[in-house]
Parts: sequence; C-alpha cells; structure tokens
Amino acid sequence: MKQRWSMWVLAAGALSLSTTAFAAAPPTAEMISFSCAGCHGTSGGSAGLTMPSLASQSKTAIVDAMKKFKSGERPSTVMGRIAKGYSEADFNLMAEYFSSQKFHPTQQVVDAAKVKKGASLQEANCSRCHLEDGKEGKDDTPVMASQWLTYLQMQMALYQSGARKMPEKMAEKVKPLSKEDLEALLHFYASVK
Amino acid sequence: MTLDRRNFIKVLGSASGLALAGCATQGSVGSTSEIMPKGPARRVVVLGGGYGGAIAAKYVRMLDKSIEVVLIEKNKQFISCPFSNFYIAGLMNDMSALTIGYDKLAANHGIKMLFAEATAIDPAAKKVITTEGAVTYDRLIVSPGIDFRNEEVEGYTADTANIIPHAWKAGAQSTLLRNQLQAMPDGGKVVISMPLAPFRCPPGPYERATLIALYLKKHKPKSKLILLDANADIVAKKPLFMKAWNNYYKGILEYMPGKKVTAVDAAKKTLLVEGIEEFKGDVVNFIPAQRAAAIAGKAGLIGEDKKWCPVNMTTFESTLQKNIHVIGDSAIAGAMPKSGYSANSQAKVCAINIVALMNGKELTELSGVNVCYSAISDHESISVAAVYTIKDGKIVSVPNSGGISPVDFSMTKAEHAYGESWLRNILTEMST
Repeated sequence: MKQRWSMWVLAAGALSLSTTAFAAAPPTAEMISFSCAGCHGTSGGSAGLTMPSLASQSKTAIVDAMKKFKSGERPSTVMGRIAKGYSEADFNLMAEYFSSQKFHPTQQVVDAAKVKKGASLQEANCSRCHLEDGKEGKDDTPVMASQWLTYLQMQMALYQSGARKMPEKMAEKVKPLSKEDLEALLHFYASVK
Repeated sequence: MTLDRRNFIKVLGSASGLALAGCATQGSVGSTSEIMPKGPARRVVVLGGGYGGAIAAKYVRMLDKSIEVVLIEKNKQFISCPFSNFYIAGLMNDMSALTIGYDKLAANHGIKMLFAEATAIDPAAKKVITTEGAVTYDRLIVSPGIDFRNEEVEGYTADTANIIPHAWKAGAQSTLLRNQLQAMPDGGKVVISMPLAPFRCPPGPYERATLIALYLKKHKPKSKLILLDANADIVAKKPLFMKAWNNYYKGILEYMPGKKVTAVDAAKKTLLVEGIEEFKGDVVNFIPAQRAAAIAGKAGLIGEDKKWCPVNMTTFESTLQKNIHVIGDSAIAGAMPKSGYSANSQAKVCAINIVALMNGKELTELSGVNVCYSAISDHESISVAAVYTIKDGKIVSVPNSGGISPVDFSMTKAEHAYGESWLRNILTEMST
C-alpha cells in the first residue's frame, strides 16, 4: 500500500513536469559529446581500428584538432564536415567532457621486437612532449598510448605525405628517423596500457 | 517468494531451463499479470533493443543509477541492418560481424532484460503488456523500428516476403535474398523496388543495388540489375552513387526513377508499376513502403499521417501520449534521417532529458549527429554526415556543415576503412 502511494506521487510529479517544462538550456558538454560516441566509443574509448580514442585527451589537443578540422588545415574524411557544425564554444565543451574521461587501454596485436625498439626511440626522441610513454596528453600533445595501430599508421602516412602538417618540434625529431624506426614507435605507442 | 525468484531468473535472461519469451508464445495476446512488480525505485521501460533502444537504456543508467531500467526485446540477439548489404552481396561470409547480444550491456549497466514481445501499451495505467506479462513504467521509451505498408500493394500476402524478400529487417530475410542471388544462373535478372521517402535508411537501397551489381560483375557478368525507385530521383548521396554506377557498373545496373510498384505477383516474380508496366526478375527484392512498427499504432502514438510518430523534438516525448517517448525510425525527427546513427544520437538526447524530467531539472536542447557510410565496391565507400540543432522546436541541420564525400572519389578508400570502424564502434557501444 505504501509502495502504491509513492508511485502515485511520482507519476503525478512527472506529469506536471512534462506539461510545464518547455524551455530548454543550451546543449551541455554531455549533450554535445555523447553524439561523438557512435564513432569514437562510449566515453571516448574507441573500438574501431581507424578511430582514435578521445578519452583523457588534453583540452588543448581536442580544441586544436577540431579547429583544424573545421578550417581544413587537418585533412579528414567526415571530421571536417562535422566540425563545421560546431562553434569554438562547443569545441571547449567537448574538450571539457573528453579530457575528464578515464584513459582507455586497448588490447591489440603488436610486434614485440618493434615495441622494444620503439620504446628506446620514444625515450630518446619523443618523451619530452609525449609524456609517460604517450599516456599523458599535455597542451596540444595528444595521448598516443593505446591508440589503435591502424589509426596511428594512417596519421603517420598523412604526416609523411605532407597532407597533415607536423609541429616544428616534431618534424625535427622525425626527420632523421627511418621508416622502420617510425613503425617501431607506432607499435610501441599502441602497446602502452 | 517463488514468484519473485522465477521473475528474477527470467529478467536476468540466465535461462536455467526456463523457456525464454517470444519464440514460445508467438502471436499470443500477452498477459496482464505483472511480471516484474515495480518497487519504490523510479522505472524507465525501453521497448526495442536496436540502435535506439539499447543506447537509451544504457544512457539512462549511465546518467542516473537510481532509475531502474527494463529493456524489453523480442530477440536474444540483435542483427544490424547497416552493413547487411555486405552479407547479401557476398562481401561477408556470415552475419557474425553484424550480430550482438545483450549480456554485457545488461551486466555492465544493471539493465534488466526482458526477452518478450510487447503486444500492447496501456498509457493510462502506464503498463506495457508483453507475451510474458505486464511491466509498469514511470516513463516509457519506444524504439520499435518499422513495419511495412503491405496493404497498399495489390497481391501482397503473408507469404510474399518468403518468395520475394524485402531484406529490410536483417536476419533470415537477408539470408533468403543472398541465397537467391547465389542460386541465380549467370544471365539472370535482378529487380529491386524501393518505396517513396521517408523510409528506413535512405541510401540503403542504392547501396544494395550497387553491391549486388558488384556481385554480378564479379560472379555473373552476363546478368542485369534494375533498380525501380518510386521517388522521382535518387534521394541520398546522389552524385556519388551516379558516379559509381557510371564508372563501375555500366551495362549491369539500370536505374529507373518514378517507378512506384502497386501490385506484386510473388509466384511469377513480377512487379507491376502504376498498375500497367510489368517487371519480371529471376530474383526480386521488393522493399515495401513503411510506417512505425505496429506496437506504436496500438499505443496511439502514430500521428495524422497514419505512418509515423510525432514527438517533442527536445524530449522525444510523444505529442499524443504522456510519459511515452519515441525514438529511432518510427519517430518524426525533423531533418534527421531514419538511420542507425540518428537513432543512437536521439537515444542520448532522450535519455538526458528523461533523466532531467524525472529529477525535476531543466531540459537541454538537442545536439545531434548522423554519420552514414555506403559501400560502392569491395574497397571503396562514400559517406554523408550532419550535425543537428533545434530551431523553433524543430530539428534542423546546422547551416554550412555536414554533407557528402568529395565527388572526385579521393576519399573512398579511406572511407571504406572508416566505415568498418563505424560498425565496430556503434555495435560495441550498444553491446557493452
């Protein structure tokens, strides 16, 4: 009987709300960011080999990427078209949401020898910006750890072809490295959990 | 006590010898005895575990763990319509990449599964009647997908789809069409008929025609395919499909706009356009016109057009029935197409605002996305993308955003890879 009474109260409350509440606040960080998850995974943890995880990326890296997609400076397939649908304020909301999501480790097949070689190359060449073996995103440096190898390879190919512009500091470090070195680095980053 | 325990086991779906619903009791009228008595917790019931419903159930729980969520679904496994054309055209060996279960989703988020068929909704009593019993809700999310307007087609009977499949709901129908294509001798003719818009998945019929043409080109090069479009013109990704057909499938695929099929003769594998022009195929894929699934009609959710469900485009609450929200293909959602990604996106908007309503909080305006890939060969795909906002209570595309792939086909190979990841991510989101 008691249960029944509480149900009535709830039902009555819900009814009055649905009839009165018409005004709605502008989209929140969650409202905007949830739409990304169909392709980038719930909370930004990607299961698709060509899609990056957005979880735990730095705010600057996300805003920077979205601005460059929008302007066309960073090459893309759908991301440019999608980025044009948002304002810079929206980018900040996405950044707020994804930067506060937990790091997303992935299980993937990597070459052990390449991982080993990549680890020492990372330490010697990349570790000043790609902190904590690429697990930590800082400023405009993206989280590299546990990104899918396929995604990393596609992005490196874009860098190599010149379609995607490398930051100067990165270009300096990458230039002396061989194709094999770069491949080893990508295997290393993919392996970090 | 015994009853509680029985319900508990059923709800978890851990079938320890108990018959699971749907299959055993097909076509029954349902039971009004309460199968899962509602406790003090507020409860959202979700009807349909597809692209919309599974996500709505998950996100309500993610946003508010104090709300109990019951997901009612007929089938123990879900088979994706997106990418089922790959299977039909022989680009996938089986449907494993299209198939997901609900175990992990239910366990990860504490969603109570009820594998049963909903037979009625009683909006006044706030109850869903299923083949297994009645379930009471505080708010109901209906995501039932589509049904076919077969009654508009002369000669269409209960048996027609077993001979000329629609294959517009993935599963046995997809297998039937695939098997018919494989059994067809070289030199045969395939006829596909698609309905007037709006229908589920606007680019889907064009992708299907394209991939079947690819199959014919590779395996049965003397064969032909005719696509009869009831619409006056291609309704999705037009310049991209036209270019693909012209570049790759000339002499195999013939597109015929403005051909509305009004009668069928399944035994003769013949379609009749506007009652006069006859098209006969060795394989006929007739995709009938559509409406919101029958349960939406029974619940009084279908609007004046007698086809689809009008909703408030912020909350997705039905404008016809209080406390019932409609998402996905069956809803009228402004500029958002009837696609899997739209349903996913709407489910999240609906979840956010249902949780707000149930907690007496302010509503949030919709921000939505659609991303949809279509394959044009075994290694190339094209896409359409859009971002949605709300204007004067209606969902509209954000101006100067979205659109289709570049027509120079410079992205098609990359987009093929992105398409595969799309499928993997969206199905993972629904099943974990």
